[in-house]
Amino acid sequence: MTIHLVLLHLHRFSGTHYYFIEEMNLSAIRTLFLGVFLSTSFFVSAQEVSTEAQEDKKFDPKSMIMHHVKDAYGFHIIDIGEKKYAISLPIILWTDNGLTTFMSSAFEHDYYGNVVVERNGEKFVNYKEKIYQLNLGEDALVKGEDGYPANASKPLDISITKNVFMMWVSMLVLFLIFIGAARKYKKSESFVPKGIASFVEPLVLFIRDEVAIPMIGEKKYARYMPYLLTVFFFIWLNNIFGLIPIINGANLTGNIAFTLTMATFTFIITTFSGNKSYWKHIFWMPGVPVPMKIFLMPIEIVGMFTKPISLMIRLFANITAGHIIILALMSLIFIFNTVAIAPVSVAFSLFIIVIEIVVTAIQAYIFTILSALYFGMATEEHEHH
Amino acid sequence: MDLVTPGFGLVFWTAITFLILLFILKKFAWKPILGAVSSREESIKDALAAAEAARREMENLQADNERILQEARAEREAMLKDARDMKNKMIADAKEEAKQSADKMIAQAQEAIQSEKKAAIAELKGQVASLSLEIAEKVVKQELSNKGQQEKLVEDMLGKATLN
Repeated sequence: MTIHLVLLHLHRFSGTHYYFIEEMNLSAIRTLFLGVFLSTSFFVSAQEVSTEAQEDKKFDPKSMIMHHVKDAYGFHIIDIGEKKYAISLPIILWTDNGLTTFMSSAFEHDYYGNVVVERNGEKFVNYKEKIYQLNLGEDALVKGEDGYPANASKPLDISITKNVFMMWVSMLVLFLIFIGAARKYKKSESFVPKGIASFVEPLVLFIRDEVAIPMIGEKKYARYMPYLLTVFFFIWLNNIFGLIPIINGANLTGNIAFTLTMATFTFIITTFSGNKSYWKHIFWMPGVPVPMKIFLMPIEIVGMFTKPISLMIRLFANITAGHIIILALMSLIFIFNTVAIAPVSVAFSLFIIVIEIVVTAIQAYIFTILSALYFGMATEEHEHH
Repeated sequence: MDLVTPGFGLVFWTAITFLILLFILKKFAWKPILGAVSSREESIKDALAAAEAARREMENLQADNERILQEARAEREAMLKDARDMKNKMIADAKEEAKQSADKMIAQAQEAIQSEKKAAIAELKGQVASLSLEIAEKVVKQELSNKGQQEKLVEDMLGKATLN
């Protein structure tokens, strides 16, 4: 058994919160009594793996955790014996030769840079879930001293990764939920929420009455409602998706690229809705002496950017940290190389998962309320100065 | 470092996806939902205002009713009092009148009795006088029919008439 297969195997069992449900699924147990089944399945798998691990390679929790927290080019479901079961996704690259597309299955789910895919005379490898294009004339990936590929470069990569795919799934789910809810209102003339609308309405009203109106104010909140609602439900749903093991825990909201984009939207909207008084408070703070005005200007300008950056880091760090904790707890089994720790790991990760479920909503709420706060600051009218 | 290096692909797709999501949800979800909610709130507010107005009107009506009732009661009281007064007065008047006429009748009756009495007495006197005269005539006739007795009488009378 090659090293990476063992590792894959390891991931499968040591894996994480993602994998235990797959186990259950395989044995056709679709039940919520996680505890019982989990601990049994973990006992079995832990024994199995620990012997294998001893035979082959020492367990490396860091690479396992990082692999699961980061994006991937396909949904790796499970290995049964030598056979790997995975959903492959399209890889879209923009190289010197133009657009190159192929399915991620071409890599045979290898992410150690061993499998070289050749398309239009260009050679690609998947090294640690990044696509590298081998330099001309190279046939295999050579790793430099820093652990990064030495003879390859990254092409412009707009592949439909696991995260992108789950993002689209979440988009469809959001359409189903909210357009469905909106249609309920159209049908009933008395505007009484029924069915899905009765579930959606309190949440929508919560965003309106507890987030938008207090932060932005009665007069101007309506403009920002679509953005705030979309952001809230988009982040929340993807936070939840990140916790669902069967879909392989696409950690979209724990990905810095996602949070960067969302924070950028907030930043752009804040900047464009900034009124005269907002800019005045940044560049020429009213009500303070001139030297103070000059002193405050750079601070305020930095503050303009730190606000969205804090949004970006907060969401990313919270979600990723939660995932890492769960993965680390699971890794304990393999670090200690004993079955005895399994119940502890399972109990603790169950506990963390429950917290994470709360965190999904809290982080979505915090992102939304802070965005609303920034919009409120940008549009605030200062009349007494 | 990989973990905190944003990948371009995901930024690209996130931006596109989010914009599509925002656009479609805004058009087909948020607008209808928020519109429905706000028109419902509006109608609730209107209904509450109408209810409040109706309640106030009701209160006013009740107050009016109360006032009218009060007035009616007062009027009734007054009317009853008037009637009672009138009754008492009438009774008093009637009594007075009756008393007066009774007194008058009694007085007349007494007068009539007096005059009747007087007439009766006068008549009686006349009759007594005539009777007395007749009697006296008869007695005198009888007395004077007998000579001896006439003399005796004269003597008696003379005897009684003491000459001083």
